[in-house]
Amino acid sequence: MSINATLIGQMITFALLVWFTMKYIWPPLFDSLEERRKKIADGLAAAEKGQENMHLAEKKAKNVIKEAKEQSSEIVNQAQKRANELIEESKDLGKKEGERMILAAKAQIEQEIHQARESLRQEVAALAFSAAEQILGAEIDKAKHRDIINKVSNQLG
Amino acid sequence: MATEAHAAEGATGYIIHHLTPLHFGEGFWTLHLDTLFFSAALGGLFIWFFKTAAEKATSGVPGLVQSFAEMMIEFVDQQVKDSFHGHSKLIAPLALTIFCWVFLWNFMDLFPVDILPLIGSLMGLEYLRVVPSTDLNATFAMSISVFALIIFYSIKIKGPWGFAKELMFQPFGPWLLPFNLLLKLVEEIAKPISLALRLFGNLYAGELIFILIALLPWYLQPVLSFPWAIFHILIITLQAFIFMVLTIVYLSMAHEDH
Repeated sequence: MSINATLIGQMITFALLVWFTMKYIWPPLFDSLEERRKKIADGLAAAEKGQENMHLAEKKAKNVIKEAKEQSSEIVNQAQKRANELIEESKDLGKKEGERMILAAKAQIEQEIHQARESLRQEVAALAFSAAEQILGAEIDKAKHRDIINKVSNQLG
Repeated sequence: MATEAHAAEGATGYIIHHLTPLHFGEGFWTLHLDTLFFSAALGGLFIWFFKTAAEKATSGVPGLVQSFAEMMIEFVDQQVKDSFHGHSKLIAPLALTIFCWVFLWNFMDLFPVDILPLIGSLMGLEYLRVVPSTDLNATFAMSISVFALIIFYSIKIKGPWGFAKELMFQPFGPWLLPFNLLLKLVEEIAKPISLALRLFGNLYAGELIFILIALLPWYLQPVLSFPWAIFHILIITLQAFIFMVLTIVYLSMAHEDH
């Protein structure tokens, strides 16, 4: 139980152990720990940033969708308006066309009435002539009695 | 396990035999071969394990060995950060070495007291004391090394005059210089002595109790040695921890300039 040279031997061993630990054991292990700590911190920061970006993107997407909705409703409105306009336009056109057709028909009818009247008049005139011929027993010189014929036919018309 | 071989010398002989180191040489130049061998072997085990971990160290997913080594590193680093507020490349590795080495020394205590001496005797070794921390030389070697570091850093940080001033003028001012000096010297010298004796005392006593239990009849031994061994697991860790923490505290005191 005495202090002796073992002490010196133990001190040398201790010094060697401490030196070795200081030089070859502590630095690599500690560095790898620090590096991992940094990696984890970086990873967490990146994750946070990613989440933030995702939120931003979500917001952006919402805005885009909102805008698109607005635009589409505007387009629909415009189309409806245009359709209404078209309907109105075609209605007008139809009305006008109808009126025009009515007018044309009326004109035609008038014309036809006129024609019928004219031919009727001529027929009546011819009939009158032939009746007059028969009554007078002589032929009427058309050239001579033109004025009379015309007068009569005018009276008929 | 008081065997027939020891019966002639009786219980005292058995105990003395167990506490006698395998020595070589005379007087001061005596070497305790068992202490030297076991502490070097345990130091080698410590170095080998941590070197393996350090070589494969990666900042990616760590393996089992690396995880354990890193756990120790973080534990020691936390202790150092808690009590030492300077920059030092030495203190943390020193603390790690002290903790692991002392723990391994103390762990030898948990081997059955007769097993290694029996193997030794088969190899022709008359005495074998396997727990290095039951050798004052081992504990003092460590505490004196720490003491040397305390003195070295005190002088390095505070300067020779600053250190001398601290020894002479504190705590009672310059008028009580001799008294201050005496007080301070006792305080400084108490550090290595208390470090070494605390560890030695605890482990020596623990080992002695294991030896005493081994003297009892075989059917009583497990009843006593089992709880004592469990209790001892706590003690050996605690003693290693105390040695480490006190070393850190002393060195941080040496670094603090008043």
